[in-house]
Amino acid sequence: MAMHAVHKIMAAAAGKEQVRPGEIITAKIDLVGINDVYQIVMQSFQEMLGEKVWDPGKVYIFLDHNAPASDLKVAQAHKIFREFAQEQGCHLVDINEGIGHNLLPEWGLARPGSMIAITDSHTPIHGAYGAFAAGLGATDIAAVLIDGSTWLKVPEVVNIRLNGKLQKNVMAKDAALYVLGQLGTEFGTYKVIEFSGPVVEDMSMEERTVLTVMATEMGAKTTYIKPDKTTIDDVKNHTNAPFVVHETDPDFVYETEYEFDLTNLKPQVAIPHSVDNARNVEDVAGIPINQVFIGSCTGGKLTDIAAAAEFLDGKKIPPSMRLVVTMATKQIVKESIEKGYYQILLDAGATITSPGCGACSGLLGGIIAGQERCVSTANRNFPGRMGGSLEAEVYLASPLTAAQTAVSGKLTCPGQTGLEE
Amino acid sequence: MKISGKVVVYNHDNISTDQIIPGPYAYIKDMKEMAEHCLEGADRTLRERFRTVGNILVAGSNFGCGSSREYAVIVLKESGVQAVVIKSAARIWYRNSVNLGLPVIFCKTLPDTIREGEEIEIDLASGTIRETATGMIHKGEAPSEFVMNMYKEGGIKPLMRKRVLGELPDR
Ligand code: SF4
Repeated sequence: MAMHAVHKIMAAAAGKEQVRPGEIITAKIDLVGINDVYQIVMQSFQEMLGEKVWDPGKVYIFLDHNAPASDLKVAQAHKIFREFAQEQGCHLVDINEGIGHNLLPEWGLARPGSMIAITDSHTPIHGAYGAFAAGLGATDIAAVLIDGSTWLKVPEVVNIRLNGKLQKNVMAKDAALYVLGQLGTEFGTYKVIEFSGPVVEDMSMEERTVLTVMATEMGAKTTYIKPDKTTIDDVKNHTNAPFVVHETDPDFVYETEYEFDLTNLKPQVAIPHSVDNARNVEDVAGIPINQVFIGSCTGGKLTDIAAAAEFLDGKKIPPSMRLVVTMATKQIVKESIEKGYYQILLDAGATITSPGCGACSGLLGGIIAGQERCVSTANRNFPGRMGGSLEAEVYLASPLTAAQTAVSGKLTCPGQTGLEE
Repeated sequence: MKISGKVVVYNHDNISTDQIIPGPYAYIKDMKEMAEHCLEGADRTLRERFRTVGNILVAGSNFGCGSSREYAVIVLKESGVQAVVIKSAARIWYRNSVNLGLPVIFCKTLPDTIREGEEIEIDLASGTIRETATGMIHKGEAPSEFVMNMYKEGGIKPLMRKRVLGELPDR
């Protein structure tokens, strides 16, 4: 039977020759992540009579969602995590490091063929590196801590082929929002979403992760981008650890294949309150905006900061605007300082918060009030997402659209600043 | 396994886990206290209705999309919800419901026709739902054998306990 590369990864993890879609397997996990929202993991671990973590070297605790702690409850949770990590000998990734999802590739831990399970819905991001990576619930992860395994239903695979070439001012985020606008939020539920085609091959690793992280909003269980030279070079730059690249059999049949030509794609924005409410930015330009948020695992990487800073160089945001920038990792902060982006952003009027998830999850660092509108480079615009107010509105866009909007004070299409005047 | 009770209807699609339990509450340690905010981001009256009207939640498609927070299942259980009938669910939320032993039936027809407060009877194994008043039968999706087994065991926690105690073989 012809198999997809992801099926081969799963088969290897289950110690089987082959697996079929629909089958339930027990798979061994190579890397387990826990983020700081889920202290309940440790409670479930105890309730399941767990004593020692099966392999502490494979367990990472990321204090990234609410870092540094915003209040007493969070501080208590962080304390419990630190004690657990100490006691068990697993990796503690403390509040100074940044977002777990962006740290894995920096640390050479997102690699082709590896099985990754994290208590976070955006875990499919690592399919950009040819890994199998799925988000699991807290109790699920607690069970993995006990014996290193989890149950998985073998998913079908859909292929999204992106043809053509992105124009200037059009970024990976625009491509992802466009696909969501075309296909909605459910077409990938329980499935592997593979991204392929010339547009993807042209992208850097950071850009590819924008597609795979946004696939979570398409329902994906995991994602896949076939490792190529860009992937292999990037991984080898970050680690000497060995990895296996599985090949999809040539006669493998996808459950569904979609094809889009993105040559004429214009900058996109997802308007409230759903990720698939995609529009051309130019069609809804002019909406007054109170805050721009440049950050998150999706839009707070070095390429995003660079795109924003290059546009903001020498410009200033108006007094009616707040620009909150949260770089994804410490490494990105350092490089932004070296390259001068940090200075440019500060001079433009940005508030730069410590690396981590920040305002994306609405826990700290840039929460918006009711009746306010925010243009965000993150990945969700659900009601209440950025702090709890159901009357707040979040517009999802690329870092370029975000930066231009920050300067004009209203939703603005890149390259058309001032056009709506 | 049969579950019967009165329904609380919130027939909307794409109810995210942010709406079921908004992020800032995720650091509350006491689940009873957290459950006071159950579905607050969707409709603040729902929680009270689980007490006064019924204990089966009926909703639309892609229920539980968004963040992986398991609290989005826990707060429903803590609010007294015994079963959920929805058109479809987001993957992680569904997986959490299975692991925590909250029965979920996928049914395309019932959410559009049933009225708040009516009584239904769910036959889990076959995935059928019967409206008590009219006798009308809705054909939902039967849970897989694996999932049924999980319901019978009461979720993954009792299962793992048995494994740790050596009452079940290692996986
Ligand atoms: S940045 Fe946002 S989407 Fe990414 S892991 Fe953090 S909270 Fe989740």
